[in-house]
Amino acid sequence: MDFVLPQLFAGLGIAAVLLLIALGLTFTFGQMNVINMAHGEFIMAGAYAPYVLQGVLGAGLAGLAFGVALPVAFLVSGLAGLVLERTLIRRMYGRPLDTLLVTWGISLVLQQLARDLFGAPNVQVAAPTWLQGALAVGPLDLSFARLAIIALVSAIVAVVGVYLARLPHGRRMRAVMQNRQLAGCSGIDTDRVDQLTFFVGSGLAGVAGVALTLLGPIGPSIGTFYIVDAFLVVIVGGLGQLRGAVVAALFLGLLNSFLEYGSNASLAKVLVFAAIVVFLQFRPQGLVALRTRALT
Amino acid sequence: MAATTATEGEVLSAQPPGPDPGPGTGGEPAPTARRALRQGLAVAVALVVVVVAPLVLSEFRLALLAKYLVFAVVAIGLNLAWGYGGMLSLGHGVFFGLGAYCTAMHFKLADARSGLPDFMTWSGVESLPAIWAPFRSAWFALPAAVLVPMVLAALLGASVFRRRVRGAYFALLTQALAAAFAILLVGQQGLTGGTNGLTNITEVFGLELGNPRSTQVLFFVAAGAVAATFLIARQVVQSRFGRLLMAVRDGEDRVRFLGYDANRVKVLAFSLSAGMAGLAGALFVPIVGIVSPANVGVVPSIEMVIWVAIGGRATLAGPIVGALVVSSAHTSLSEWYPGGWLYLQGALFVVTMVWAPRGLAGLAEVVRRRREHDRAGARAEVAVGTAS
Repeated sequence: MDFVLPQLFAGLGIAAVLLLIALGLTFTFGQMNVINMAHGEFIMAGAYAPYVLQGVLGAGLAGLAFGVALPVAFLVSGLAGLVLERTLIRRMYGRPLDTLLVTWGISLVLQQLARDLFGAPNVQVAAPTWLQGALAVGPLDLSFARLAIIALVSAIVAVVGVYLARLPHGRRMRAVMQNRQLAGCSGIDTDRVDQLTFFVGSGLAGVAGVALTLLGPIGPSIGTFYIVDAFLVVIVGGLGQLRGAVVAALFLGLLNSFLEYGSNASLAKVLVFAAIVVFLQFRPQGLVALRTRALT
Repeated sequence: MAATTATEGEVLSAQPPGPDPGPGTGGEPAPTARRALRQGLAVAVALVVVVVAPLVLSEFRLALLAKYLVFAVVAIGLNLAWGYGGMLSLGHGVFFGLGAYCTAMHFKLADARSGLPDFMTWSGVESLPAIWAPFRSAWFALPAAVLVPMVLAALLGASVFRRRVRGAYFALLTQALAAAFAILLVGQQGLTGGTNGLTNITEVFGLELGNPRSTQVLFFVAAGAVAATFLIARQVVQSRFGRLLMAVRDGEDRVRFLGYDANRVKVLAFSLSAGMAGLAGALFVPIVGIVSPANVGVVPSIEMVIWVAIGGRATLAGPIVGALVVSSAHTSLSEWYPGGWLYLQGALFVVTMVWAPRGLAGLAEVVRRRREHDRAGARAEVAVGTAS
């Protein structure tokens, strides 16, 4: 049984990153019915933030650069998302499949841009010294990097939870998600709420990118590697549902981690896919479904 | 969501009403006649190209053209699911790949006579895996190349459509399938040849590959396959079933309320579409001589969508044109500047979806209507002239 705890810990790490990526997706999907395939490239942009900052500040300040990178990545990716929303996605509301393909086009361009700017090979970002090493708990080695990711994501989820439940902005967001027309009639500027959601969602992807630099080398196509799994979290969790996303990310992260141990990485993906198709037989709308009287 | 589907349907079904054969067409041919003329012309051009291409193109270029024709078969199939049925599949690479691997397995076994295929020896497999054994027979392998994708598509479709998983959800699920399939192929080195795929296919039913004659034969086979799938698609679209399929695309719930089994329609169409992709995969193997996970994953799957989008979804000839144009652009641009293709592909997605959702076919329609409008205007002027 000594494999259980390490796999559990590894699964939690994957789940935390997936959750952070899926948060932005689930809100833009749930609120605006927009599938943003370029979300993966916002992760990539965020991941290059500490790389660039470390280059600028020099090796001596690697730790500081890493700290600065978090807000910088949030802003860069958030603004990129805002620009995308204002210029293209806005024209496409009501056509989710077409939006999916447009944003895929954007993602291709951004990936190639990163290749031209930073080179095609993966790069390694130096983790700050205080995140190197591991915490020994009994027979278990918990790496500081993964612990930091789990802590960071927990904090962000708590903030988002409070934001949605208590703050006026968050409540407006929920109102728009539940019924756009009615929210608009009640005096909510739905356009502004959409922009804010897109900004925050994309920004969180940037933060996820910074977190990913702690797990391994990063490259121009790192986004595509995570985006498919993140969308599965959205599907399993239910649209625009924080609780759903948390549970789904945990479920998929752990399932992946244990299946990889039990079989191998390539078979695990197929088994996870099969499990999701079976799951949809019972809950086609995901774990937490928004109840409406609408037919579709 | 209801409003969404309606708008999306509108974009597609906003086909202009057929030009009504007004009175006073006088010396001009009637619009329906003009339409028949146009179709006849298109068929004639296609025939001329098929006859002339082997005479003027080098063997290398002819093989490329044959490959594009194979892609056109995929596009025709995908268009049935997406253009006419509203089921955007981002996983058609899987069906294409299944068809390709089924045939490639047979050719590898035929090549190895009674031994093991080369890559198995390299990865230390000692006896033929059970899943490979039936592929020794061409009578099993070739039908399997079409039937396996059809069955997989039918199973997936039946299970998710039944629970009303559709639209974007369905697209994302198929994409996850493509990702999982590619990873599975890479991971099972001893069974599938891993990242390299199944390579070095040199002989197909006694036809030695890689010489001018075999390339010509394969080119004609590919052209025949395009013609056959085109005719099947046309038959389907013009049938009662086709009307029902489009009705499901534009208003699934209404179709259901009218008493039709919308799921059955969708499953059938999706399965047929997958079968066409499988057929294309089976043809791809002898033409290119190799199949690898790089041909089946997420990225190639979505490239198949752009063929249909550029050509014009929900039009019969559009996907063929789209596949040929986009694939040749891909090749020539990659020869010139490798990164350029990704920029162009990205731009194509954006421009088509935002400004020309009906693709080349839509643009052609606009041009044609403007011309007809001008002609009508000219006629009116003539009429006014004679009256005064």
